[in-house]
Amino acid sequence: MSPGFLLSRPPETRASHFGGHMPVIWLTLIVLAISVVGFVLGRRRALASADGDSRNLHSLPIYYGSNALMKSIVPAFGLMVLWLLAQPLFIDNRIAQMIPEAGIAEGSNIGLVMAEVRRTADGLENAVAAGLLDNDAARNGQSDVAELTQILRDAGQVVTGQITQPVLEAAQAYRALSGTSNLLMTIAVLIVALAGAVWGASEGQKTFRARNTVEQGVLALLIAAASVAILTTVGIVLSLIFNTVEFFRLYPASEFFFLLEWAPSFSGRGGASSLGIIPLLWGTLYISFVALLVAVPIGLFAAIYLSEYAGPRMRSIAKPLLEVLAGIPTIVYGLFALLTIGPILLSVFGNDGLGWMQGQRAVLTAGLAMGIMLIPFVSSLSDDIINAVPQAMRDGSYGLGATKSETIKQVVLPAALPGIVGAVLLAASRAIGETMIVVLGAGAAARLSLNPFEAMTTVTAKIVSQLTGDSDFASPEALVAFALGMTLFIMTLGLNVLALYIVRKYREQYE
Amino acid sequence: MTDASLNSPDNARAPRSLTQEDARTKKRNASERRFRAYGIAAICTGLFFLLALLAAILSAGLPAFRQAVVEVPFTLTQEQHDEAEEAMLKTAIYTNYFITSLSNTMQAEGVQIKFDEDAVERLLGKVGGDLRSHFRDNPDQIGEEIEFELAASSRVDRYLKGTFTREDLQGGNRFFMPEDFDLIDAMKEAGLIKQVFNWNFITGVDTGVDNPGGAGIGASVLGSFFMMLVVLVLSLPIGVAASIYLEEFAPKNRFTDFIEINIANLAAVPSIVFGILGLAVFIQFAHLPQSAPLVGGLVLTLMTLPTIIISTRASLKAVPPSIRDAALGVGASKMQAVFHHVLPLAAPGILTGTIIGLAQALGETAPLLLIGMVGFVARYPDTFLEGFLEPNSAVPAQIYNWAARSDAVFTEKAWGGIIVLLLFLVTMNTIAVILRRRFERRW
Repeated sequence: MSPGFLLSRPPETRASHFGGHMPVIWLTLIVLAISVVGFVLGRRRALASADGDSRNLHSLPIYYGSNALMKSIVPAFGLMVLWLLAQPLFIDNRIAQMIPEAGIAEGSNIGLVMAEVRRTADGLENAVAAGLLDNDAARNGQSDVAELTQILRDAGQVVTGQITQPVLEAAQAYRALSGTSNLLMTIAVLIVALAGAVWGASEGQKTFRARNTVEQGVLALLIAAASVAILTTVGIVLSLIFNTVEFFRLYPASEFFFLLEWAPSFSGRGGASSLGIIPLLWGTLYISFVALLVAVPIGLFAAIYLSEYAGPRMRSIAKPLLEVLAGIPTIVYGLFALLTIGPILLSVFGNDGLGWMQGQRAVLTAGLAMGIMLIPFVSSLSDDIINAVPQAMRDGSYGLGATKSETIKQVVLPAALPGIVGAVLLAASRAIGETMIVVLGAGAAARLSLNPFEAMTTVTAKIVSQLTGDSDFASPEALVAFALGMTLFIMTLGLNVLALYIVRKYREQYE
Repeated sequence: MTDASLNSPDNARAPRSLTQEDARTKKRNASERRFRAYGIAAICTGLFFLLALLAAILSAGLPAFRQAVVEVPFTLTQEQHDEAEEAMLKTAIYTNYFITSLSNTMQAEGVQIKFDEDAVERLLGKVGGDLRSHFRDNPDQIGEEIEFELAASSRVDRYLKGTFTREDLQGGNRFFMPEDFDLIDAMKEAGLIKQVFNWNFITGVDTGVDNPGGAGIGASVLGSFFMMLVVLVLSLPIGVAASIYLEEFAPKNRFTDFIEINIANLAAVPSIVFGILGLAVFIQFAHLPQSAPLVGGLVLTLMTLPTIIISTRASLKAVPPSIRDAALGVGASKMQAVFHHVLPLAAPGILTGTIIGLAQALGETAPLLLIGMVGFVARYPDTFLEGFLEPNSAVPAQIYNWAARSDAVFTEKAWGGIIVLLLFLVTMNTIAVILRRRFERRW
């Protein structure tokens, strides 16, 4: 087993991380209980101040209770979430300073050592929980390293090699710090919850404008919920940027963008790998092009027929059936590509047939499957757009003696063209970001070739393979996935913004 | 006079009639028919692809639900039991009893063939051990005749299903020898082999490459279930709250516009990018346990939120303003009008949108690969809490895992897994459609 931070951890690590989560669950329950008590108290106090007649209150009694409930629950949980997010950062920082330069082995780095420290700390925690180790021995800085390693092994913990003395010390400090931090958090959260409940309950007076207060709080929560979308975008952008910058620190950006070769080394750490994005981009664009070549004509003609020719009966049957294709998960298309389309293509173009194709995985295999997936996408978007063309334009054309197809070709389609272009762009962005079909159907070799019967690989497929392999997380071979993800994100975002802009512009024209 | 000018020399073509097509009209009509035919062809191609897809899934996946078993009547006398329990190699003796019993049964059916211990093990697994543990658990059955059903090995299974033939076997190995084909044919002739529903596929867990036939999808179904629970619990309240704000309260300003743009773009971000987000934020940064359904659920929540927000806003918008006005008119606050009147009326639409969003999340694979939910998981979680925190797989990830292995039995399992996945999706979508049909109100 490589000493790195393994992304595919073996199943023996089951029990790890378990100890640290129990207090959080108990704490949640206790906070809930406190807030419920606050609710009852607030409501009762308000009613008492109004001599038991709710008509004397400013608001309905339930608002007085809700006021106390909200004031205890929201700050307490907010604090808990912030604490849980900040705690690992803080502790990592403190522990990382503890580890001496000499404690970092050749070819390793601080990130790897920290992963080791965390694992060891988890192991100690679990060994104590399992009763194999008493608390004092786990804390004792003088403990025998070899003996502890053995105990951890016996407890079913994954221990990579021998734990070194600095790692053990760091792990013990880590465990102690986490323990203190957890205790502090429990106390702080409970105090906040209690204080909130008391404050809310004490406000239970008949003149207190409880409804307005509660409604303001609810509005704040609604705004917070709406901001999750912003937070998600920020999270995506930040996680991509940080790791991409880290990648470019280890690997020259000029090579990433201009090198014509993709050949990551698996054993070495950096240097030996060629990580040029151009072959991957080529594969992505080629496969997407093949997919659009399948999806656009079929989807467009289907949309034209459904919106211009088909009667309501046929429309009500064919449209939902085509849209079933859009509801099928992509893993199904991936399997269909690999195990059905691939063998069929191979029997026609393979060595038994024309001799052009060597394996089941090829640009054409993945492109066809992706094209099938995109048909309903193109057809329903185009259908909407064609339907939005005003009837008056058609009637004008019919009045001049044009046939239906002439009207469509010369009036409807030109009018709908911007919208259709937008739909095709959206489909293209789908194709570029599609993962499972290319992971299963396109192959693993990066190639710059024009032959559609050859296996090629894409940006998305390489993101998966670089992050699910055994490569160590801080190496350029793994970090390159973030740079690839950044490229993918920018490409799809650009296409979407452009497409939405075109579609919106077009819609305004006829509204 | 005008007629004369119309029939001027340049118009001296054949006499025109509305009932008779001239060449140009013919051409135009032909082009019309062609265009129409293209449309029909496009729709038929689309439907053909759908049919081909379904046919491929059903033909390749249904065998995964069947399992060949060998049914043999077997009697263990008290003396045999005592003798076997005193011997050194107890299970070997049981195996010999079984072989005798099997041979006798086949002779009674008029089939003569010799079995040895290795062949029995290759075809039916460790029979001796199974028999011994059965009689240890049921000592009262000693002396009675019992019908034993023994699951045949995966190669026997595939031979009977026709996906593994004599030509496929080169030489032979410890899993299968050429003469085993004759043994299977003989047992089939004696009527001992039958096909039963493979419950193990539904309830079982993943297995290693040495036992592809025993792999089941049960544990990953549970993993998907826990993930969907997380998605439901988080995305429904957050999505509805966000939609209520945007639809009912948000002032038209830059902040609101920014949220709207974000939601529209997130809906189109490739799913793999959400996987990267999950890896970087939930695992690298927040140190949540890897491969846990909790993390998978969080990632899928972020992915489904835009879908739920978009459909919830549509159903909130569909509630006519008169409802709000009436509530405000009798003195409700704006918040009360929304929560007491608009939201309940929009609930069926919200529910439909949520179910469709969940169905989408259920079939998503790519982000799960990045957060490590493709590992080998061979056990069920012990407690409810462990279900969220222990490493597990999910149905689509398990399918991917099987598809990536080269053994043809796993391929069959992958197709079978797809049938299970599609059954879930069809059920969810049907519920959504029924909800919409029953409760949708047109104002």
